[in-house]
Amino acid sequence: MKAMEIFYEISRDPYAYARKWKNQTGKKAVGYFCSYTPEELISGTGALPLRIFGTREHITCADSHLQSYCCSLVRGGLEDALTGRLAFLDGTVFPHTCDSIQRLSDIWRLNAGFPFHIDVILPVKLDTESARTYLLDVFHKFRRELEQELGPISDEKLSETIRLYNNIRRLLEEIYLMRSANPAVISGRDVYAVVKSAMVMDRNDLYGALRKTVDALKKESPAADNSKRIVLAGGVCNHPDIYSHLEKAGARVVWDELCTGTRYFEGMADESGDPVAALAQRYADRIVCPAKHCGADKRGRNLVDIVKNHQAQGVIFLILKFCDPHSFDYPYMKEYLDKKNIPSMLLELEEQLPAEGQLATRFESFIEML
Amino acid sequence: MSGEKIIKNPEPEARDIKSVKRMKEIMTNYYIEAKTAKDQNKMVAWITSGGPVEPLIAMDVIPVYPENYGAMIGASHMAVQLCEIAEQMGYSRDLCGYARSDIAASATGGGPIPGGLPRPDFLVCCNNICGTVLKWYEVLARYFKVPLFIYDTPFIHTEFSEEAKKYVRQQTLEYTQFLEEQTGKKADYGRLEEVGRLSVQAMRLWQKVLDTCMHKPAPMTAFDAFFHLALIVTLRGKQVVIDYYSELLDELNDRIARGIGMIPNEKYRLLWDNLPVWFKTRWLSNKFASHDAALVASTYTNAWSSTVDLIDENDLAGSLGIASSSIYINVSIDKMLAELGTMIKKYEVDGLVMHSNRSCKPYSLGQYDIQKMVMKEFDIPALIIEADQVDERNFSESQIETRIDAFMETIKSKKR
Repeated sequence: MKAMEIFYEISRDPYAYARKWKNQTGKKAVGYFCSYTPEELISGTGALPLRIFGTREHITCADSHLQSYCCSLVRGGLEDALTGRLAFLDGTVFPHTCDSIQRLSDIWRLNAGFPFHIDVILPVKLDTESARTYLLDVFHKFRRELEQELGPISDEKLSETIRLYNNIRRLLEEIYLMRSANPAVISGRDVYAVVKSAMVMDRNDLYGALRKTVDALKKESPAADNSKRIVLAGGVCNHPDIYSHLEKAGARVVWDELCTGTRYFEGMADESGDPVAALAQRYADRIVCPAKHCGADKRGRNLVDIVKNHQAQGVIFLILKFCDPHSFDYPYMKEYLDKKNIPSMLLELEEQLPAEGQLATRFESFIEML
Repeated sequence: MSGEKIIKNPEPEARDIKSVKRMKEIMTNYYIEAKTAKDQNKMVAWITSGGPVEPLIAMDVIPVYPENYGAMIGASHMAVQLCEIAEQMGYSRDLCGYARSDIAASATGGGPIPGGLPRPDFLVCCNNICGTVLKWYEVLARYFKVPLFIYDTPFIHTEFSEEAKKYVRQQTLEYTQFLEEQTGKKADYGRLEEVGRLSVQAMRLWQKVLDTCMHKPAPMTAFDAFFHLALIVTLRGKQVVIDYYSELLDELNDRIARGIGMIPNEKYRLLWDNLPVWFKTRWLSNKFASHDAALVASTYTNAWSSTVDLIDENDLAGSLGIASSSIYINVSIDKMLAELGTMIKKYEVDGLVMHSNRSCKPYSLGQYDIQKMVMKEFDIPALIIEADQVDERNFSESQIETRIDAFMETIKSKKR
């Protein structure tokens, strides 16, 4: 599909896109980790928010700062910062997430040397009044700190940005819903390219490109195939090959609960009233990532609901090796699925995927039993 | 270190700390009391080691520490077996060894205490030590089907913001309300103040105990402190802690007066960073002693007294959260470096030994940077050993021995 080309180009080399964008616009780019970054505040200053995924190859510098027991996301991100691949960034933002990102922020601040470094120290629980108040206070503080670095953000501009982001989220959700209705309409690789680009691309251009994609998809009506329906659960998936392997093995992804998926776009911010409060409210209401607390089993119940709502036949957990929050949640989430007779498998992701043949065999034997 | 007098070398028995026996009695009584809580109509709360325990003591709830149990499991060489059970339950081998051991012990009643720890009536989790406890206590909340209170202490990278201070103060009030709901009793603020005073007194005494190691030779080592630490962790706020540490302090001062050091011929003084390697404390202690090196202090044992000045005895509710948030591993590595610098000077150490602990990411990630900064700013050698607080599968004795020997050679040549 022609509309997809731009997404492939960006997702293959997000840094090249951002550098080009900076040259063309003369504006600034801000790197961030984690879906808990209120991107609207960054966009509101006119800067480009860009999620850092990090390299998965040829680690040469990061190993002298990080032990072996730290995840590939942290290591790859630091490697890109230390080797200068992120030198085009005007600043970086670290929302508080897990123990590893927390220390990465320190190492980054002391070694990477970007013009500014902002820690957004979010609450870890989101289910009490005082935590939500603190979350709002933190977002106000983040706004003040960003304004110091990048210039003022007016409430009008922020509200307009919130509307833009909501429209983007609606389109992303529409793509997901179309795929759930007929998984043959778009490949998993395509969706991956779209979502990854969404965290990088100029958000106005993104809106236009998504609009075109949705319109084009609406015209497609491929015959539904017999593929099994799969849900992906976990954190960050930066391995587009997984989708082709799955499709070859006879399954298609119909939904996910990934940071590089629904966790990025689910939940709208209120378009009326105080814009910062609307942003805080969105995060307080959204299904949590496992590094945040909102009841002891909300994610497990939510996963069962997702499987039901999208008539999925199985779940594949994609968990980065050394990711503590996800690894702690895996056993009970699997148990919740087991109780409903929903088959699942766990794939622990390292820098590199397992050898192609090995992965194909694992996927095939799982999909056969569905 | 020049001009020190050579200490005569007492027999090993003479160097044993006599108070140890009393300490064991106190801990045994504490666990008996906790195991028989129901008979005394008392409630049991499981709480994290850095959590604000004073309100529990003030409301007559018995606090139980899964982390202390984790240390006992590690020291009794029972961790691997329990960790493997947790791994069969689906918990990754890369997760914290305390969490894996405790989750398995909860499910099986295993570990050194027959039948395991007494069941909790509710849980209190303070994330000032890590994000792991949050996930671990969620597991416990689902398993025991009991209420969980989370005391959230925002991490301090470059500042402790006013917003965060307000948030933790508010949580102390919520914590009190939670305890009132759980116990069905009204909070007694007079009693809380009294407990707070005892707690502060205990922390100051603990610091004095640790400070005896400023003396050369040190009357005890960090390995002894790891053992005596159990009381300040589990029973602070109770008179018995004060009585015990006073007794211990007297004994240590007496040793100083008589010139008895823990290491027969102390020539080198080292600082330990991170949790102990519970299953190898004796081996490590002997290894360093064989080089005439004493580990005279540790960032770990210091963590239960270093924030004492932040506690306002007249406003415990207002200051408890501030102190809890400010502990050593809830701050950035540059702030840790500053604290290390203070300890390096105070205890006059010749080198730093950092335990890179697979079980504890917030304590360990960043150590490579700290190591470089310590060597540069304080001009002392710093060693990193890769190990684990309890999981013996993550310990390579021969490799660590070689590294310690090489490190000690560096220190010796530097002091020559």
